[in-house]
Amino acid sequence: MKPPRFQYHAPGSIPEAIDHLAAYGGDARLLSGGQSLVPMLNFRLVEPRALIDLARIPGLAGIRDGDPLVIGAMTRQRALEDSPIIARRAPLMREALRWVGHLPTRSRGTIGGSIAHADPAAELPLVLVTCEGSVCVQGPSGSRSIAADELFESMFSTRIAADEILTEVHLPAAVTGGRYGFDEYARRHGDFAIVAVAVSLEPTAAGPLRARLGASGVGQVPQRLRTAEAVLEAQGLTAGSIAAAATQAAEAVDPVGDANGSADYRRHILKTLLERTLARTAATA
Amino acid sequence: MSTPLPAPADAPIDDLPVTLVVNGKTFHGRCEPRRLLVDFLREDLGLTGTHAGCEHGICGACTVLIDGQASRTCTLLAVQASGARIVTVEGLAQGETLHPLQQCFHEHHALQCGFCTPGMLLTAIDFLHGHPNPDETEVREAMSAAVCRCTGYAGIVNAVMAAARLGPMPLPAGALPD
Repeated sequence: MKPPRFQYHAPGSIPEAIDHLAAYGGDARLLSGGQSLVPMLNFRLVEPRALIDLARIPGLAGIRDGDPLVIGAMTRQRALEDSPIIARRAPLMREALRWVGHLPTRSRGTIGGSIAHADPAAELPLVLVTCEGSVCVQGPSGSRSIAADELFESMFSTRIAADEILTEVHLPAAVTGGRYGFDEYARRHGDFAIVAVAVSLEPTAAGPLRARLGASGVGQVPQRLRTAEAVLEAQGLTAGSIAAAATQAAEAVDPVGDANGSADYRRHILKTLLERTLARTAATA
Repeated sequence: MSTPLPAPADAPIDDLPVTLVVNGKTFHGRCEPRRLLVDFLREDLGLTGTHAGCEHGICGACTVLIDGQASRTCTLLAVQASGARIVTVEGLAQGETLHPLQQCFHEHHALQCGFCTPGMLLTAIDFLHGHPNPDETEVREAMSAAVCRCTGYAGIVNAVMAAARLGPMPLPAGALPD
């Protein structure tokens, strides 16, 4: 239950961190808040030759208002939770944050770390996918952007290359009149969710509603529930359309059963949770 | 703190300097990079009030305040924390006078074996500092960050509710820079 030996580097700039990463040729791990990586080290599930701590790089933490919002990868989850910008401009993320671990883990955990770790049950990747956000990564050949629906490859795996560093998260800002909701089911508060749902209902200039719905715990990566979105956009928000959307969402997903719940159980939870969250979100002013 | 590039595979792993201000007192030490903060506090600094329980960030027994925020010390390397201000359970009582939250724990039978208590106290202080008038549901959600195997939590919840009724909860001395 103690970490194996490793070299430790705390570079002062992103280029220096990229150099360190390259020098170890894939045998180093980036350390951000450490709330997943350090337990993995303690269990010796990973034994890298080196850790490269991103916490001492100036400018890698912070929230820049705009559309999209630009959130530095090292921004602590707790700083997001306390941010008036996030409360006003990213209400879906704000609501999701209280489900991320516990306050003492959010003190250290970062947005970039959570997204790059890509736990299939984690809340922040689900928010990114539902809101159609993106990330900015930097590597030896420069920087590039990866859209959320491209980013998550499978469980604990992203399309960020081994020599790249996630530096920024870009999140489209909430729109006036938009309604947002997040809920999840876990055995105990603070545990990873068995199923989580994220709901974004936005007005459009043309009139019809724009619905974006996402779920985790029903596949290898966070899913958009596109058939359910289409039901709501075609029929508007009524008790009947919400029930139909939830039923169709549950039929469209292909969950993997595990010790926390069979595939059928996860479908059932998704249907109930989505219907409940849609009804609650639709009822907000 | 960086070392030259590239580090050869057989490069020795040097101890690194760690400076912490713990309960208002500055400590300078050196340790292996892999040293967890909980072990640095307990073994290098002799502050054994912080308890190592699960050692993977679940049970909360090792919770302290880092720069005024409750944080696990089993999921944090000592070198990561270097430069931080830390409050441990040893920093709560003033001599023989218990901290008001400790007094509430005493009066409401919020501990039996006491192993989880240091982490419970520091988790609750951070929560109450940010939530001056919590209801019981909020207290239960906040305290779910720490695990107790003796009490069944009723005493802990009662103690935290009682402490909330005493008024705003300041952060302990030394939690933040002066």
